[in-house]
Amino acid sequence: MKRPFEQAVTEHGAVVLRVCRAVLGPTEADDAWSETFLSALRAWPDLPDDANVRAWLVTIAHRKAVDVARAGARRAVPVAVVPDATAPRADQPEEALPDGDLWTAVAALPEKQRLCVAYHHVAGLPHPEVARIVGGTPAAARRAAADGIARLRSTYAPHGRVSTHV
Amino acid sequence: MSDNPIQLLTEPASGEDERLAALHAALVTRASAESSLDVTYRLLDSPVGPLLLAATENGVVRVAFEIEDHDRVLESLGSSVGSRILRGGVRLDPLARELDDYFAGRRQGFDVPLDLRLARGFRLTVLRHLGEIPYGSTESYGEVAVASGSPRAVRAVGSACATNPLPIIVPCHRVVRSDGSLGGYLGGLPTKKRLLALERAA
Repeated sequence: MKRPFEQAVTEHGAVVLRVCRAVLGPTEADDAWSETFLSALRAWPDLPDDANVRAWLVTIAHRKAVDVARAGARRAVPVAVVPDATAPRADQPEEALPDGDLWTAVAALPEKQRLCVAYHHVAGLPHPEVARIVGGTPAAARRAAADGIARLRSTYAPHGRVSTHV
Repeated sequence: MSDNPIQLLTEPASGEDERLAALHAALVTRASAESSLDVTYRLLDSPVGPLLLAATENGVVRVAFEIEDHDRVLESLGSSVGSRILRGGVRLDPLARELDDYFAGRRQGFDVPLDLRLARGFRLTVLRHLGEIPYGSTESYGEVAVASGSPRAVRAVGSACATNPLPIIVPCHRVVRSDGSLGGYLGGLPTKKRLLALERAA
């Protein structure tokens, strides 16, 4: 890639941060973002000029998120099941964002649903691209994303209303 | 605020801009420390408009006026120097201070290290000579050609000035026509006039 790397940060930095937050939660998102862009910077000159930069960054972010999650798992006792979707996670007490409940609900999704929601709905990648990153077929990625959103609609309803938007 | 989760997922979180700015700054610091950057750059407001300042690890590699189109200059650095380019960092702070002093009439030359890799051959020879033209004085294109060892290469001196990657620092604005008229300037003639007036006044 011959374009200045700064353009990639400007154009995709915010989306990659939201993807990291969806996959890892707000606290570890910053680490994953930093590792993603440092790694992307090193590899940038070798990326073909016609590459899909966003998909490439999300692919790197996916690998970094896996690394960050593994490192976190080594530090703390993993919680297999998040018992209550609306309860704040104990390791993220400092986050008091207005939409914190939504991210708690996202964190409570099964992994495949969470990843497919993050890469399709947050990053805007098409299902085949999502499938390439998470494994499995495009149809399975589409289903996981749809199931994830359906579950979010039931677990996350801030004012007791349930959106009917499909 | 919508309660549609799909929409909420793609909305900026509160404080996201500040967070991204902090992450970006940390990225520049880490990348500089491990030498992963080809170029860093910053903008500087000046009496002759916003200046783009760009540096490699070796030194200042490019100064560009707004009329040169900063985006195009950065694209071109991506091809000629390398595309691992980030905005920010501290590398260009000394130059920014020296330029502020220059425009305030407090400084006549520049002490920052330069990276002249964007100039080659005769053009590089010309640029090296330009640094010897004293502050506040001028030389004609013909005189520069003689001083650069090719008395007949007057036009080539003109193109060396027109493609000077480090205007102001390498003072191509001090080269004028032998009849005393200004000739050309890559930053536009009003800018050339202004720089010469600044140097005469100081």
